[in-house]
Amino acid sequence: MGGRRVRPPFLYMLTSATAAQASPSESSGVGLSTAARGLVLVGATVIVVVVLIATKGYQPAAQATANGLVSGTYFALGAVGLALVFGVLRLVNFAHGDFLTFGAYSALLANAFFNLPIIVATAIAVAATAVLAAVLELAVWRPMRARRAGGLQLLLIAIGLAFVIRNGIQIAAGTEPRTLHVDITSAVSFLGGIRLGTTELAVVVIGLVALVLVAILLSISRLGKEMRALADNVSLAEVAGIDTGRVIIATWLVAGALAGLAGVLVAAAVGVLTPQFGFQLLLSLFAATILGGIGNAYGALAGGLLLGLAQEWSTLFIDPRWKLAVGFAILILTLLIRPNGLLGRPALK
Amino acid sequence: MIPHLISIAPFGHLDFWLGVGIVAGIYAIFTLGLQLNVGFTGIVNLGQAGFMAIGAYAMAILIVNYGWSPWLALPVATLVAMLAGVIVGMPAVRLRGDYLAIATIAAAEIVQSTAQNAINLTGGNNGLLGFDAAWQTIQIWALGLLATIGLGQMDQIPLFALTWITFGALLVILFTLQHTPWGRVLRAIRENEDAAEALGKNAYAYKIQSLALAAAIGAIAGYLLALNITLIYPGTYSADFTFIGFAILVLGGLGSYSGVALGSILLWFVLEGARFIDLPLSADKVAALRLLIVGLVLIFIMALRPQGILGKREEMVLRG
Repeated sequence: MGGRRVRPPFLYMLTSATAAQASPSESSGVGLSTAARGLVLVGATVIVVVVLIATKGYQPAAQATANGLVSGTYFALGAVGLALVFGVLRLVNFAHGDFLTFGAYSALLANAFFNLPIIVATAIAVAATAVLAAVLELAVWRPMRARRAGGLQLLLIAIGLAFVIRNGIQIAAGTEPRTLHVDITSAVSFLGGIRLGTTELAVVVIGLVALVLVAILLSISRLGKEMRALADNVSLAEVAGIDTGRVIIATWLVAGALAGLAGVLVAAAVGVLTPQFGFQLLLSLFAATILGGIGNAYGALAGGLLLGLAQEWSTLFIDPRWKLAVGFAILILTLLIRPNGLLGRPALK
Repeated sequence: MIPHLISIAPFGHLDFWLGVGIVAGIYAIFTLGLQLNVGFTGIVNLGQAGFMAIGAYAMAILIVNYGWSPWLALPVATLVAMLAGVIVGMPAVRLRGDYLAIATIAAAEIVQSTAQNAINLTGGNNGLLGFDAAWQTIQIWALGLLATIGLGQMDQIPLFALTWITFGALLVILFTLQHTPWGRVLRAIRENEDAAEALGKNAYAYKIQSLALAAAIGAIAGYLLALNITLIYPGTYSADFTFIGFAILVLGGLGSYSGVALGSILLWFVLEGARFIDLPLSADKVAALRLLIVGLVLIFIMALRPQGILGKREEMVLRG
């Protein structure tokens, strides 16, 4: 564990090589064929939009696409953290949805109670949720790993933490719906009849910027490479000199920060929040993660956006109240047809 | 265990604790299905509340919307729930442990969403009423009988008895099954699926059978729950029900059917006993406090004594 100065390119070769060895026909998830699959995905999305415009008319199809981008943005932000944690720790974090709730209520406390501007409140929410995630790592997950806890133990502890966070918030804040001090009435029209609330537009812009930053962090920063290396193969990453404890904490900080941001964006875009909303979103986040290939952060980005789009597109054909069920059906169909997801690697053992 | 529960009179009225006993019994039945799946087959079924909902809704829809006799509706509804178990199981049991957990909870959420939105069939959020006429008749007859021995005002006794007799019957059935070749194959699959396959056992089929049987048990819990609250509506069958079931499961111990009864009675004694602590909290906050306790039970049992009170450590497996 001495050589902590190992250069990332070497590490990258190492991890790619192992993945290629495991399954010669598939790449390691960051190679060319994933990029190619990403392009196919973008192409397919464009074709769907064109077909929808041709069959359902420009305005409804474009409006549904815009709405889908709004929810897709916060699905993606939430799903990336879930995927990173799964990738690095093999942990299905059932408490992740409640991280979003925690972030939103932290912002609410700062914004509606202490009257801080929404930007400051968002920053506080991001920091608070990151700290929560890191504290749980130190207090719960690290000790449990040290005891070599089994998968069922970890799953049920995560469910228990979800209950504690959600109901702790409910005891502190009550069940009544709350609102952030954001502008939820004014709206803008653009591109010939697409209408979005100003706040929704801000949510998309902030969310997409954050997603691009995450993608950059993962692809070029040393930390991002270390995270992906760890997700690929923990023992090899350790042999290569990566300080796994540090990377794991960093993973939780990133996942928590993104969840906090996603929580605030959901609360701002939807307009109201209750202590249940994060948990209700959790399955959509799972759906996004699995759609993109569980454990694959880029996949989660794509999966989140696609899920948001698919749910909104479905409203062009069926009653919007089935939107959630559409998301869960996509989850199950993905598991049935392509369990490794759209950008996924071969089955992780 | 039953006399022990109802003798805790200092806390309040017998009738109140009978009510708690009914809830504990319904949860215990529900969790027997989880024990079969998680404890004895090694499949993490997070969708048990969905199977319970399918059974209860099928029963009520057949009786209320189609005028069926309950004696026909109950077995048919149980078959419907088992069929749902097979349909969910066919794709799901092929998946790794954590994927299976997510797939089953997603299936349960689809059931929940259908219950809320297919208003013509399910009554939406208003739910379904009026499926329990036959039970009301039986209850009045039973209360008349109880009146002759001076217990006529204890109107919770009939359902309490029905619940725990049902639990006892299921316990005997499951205990017997566990010691048949079928039950031994399930445990073999839990321990080492490849080895079971090598011995010519079709693990896939056995797992689906396990899920279907658990679904039937969930449906039975659903009937009793419906009788207890005389109304079927979507909120009753949320994922929280399954998670509370898991808390009961791990409290009593994995791989122990009788531990399920102990776990359920303990948990509900704590959750309902919390009412007697004078807390300056509103009703919704007390509800939250109870679920918070459920979360703490899950965390602390899994961290400190993962085998539960009556379970054995070697019975803890999550197929990876």
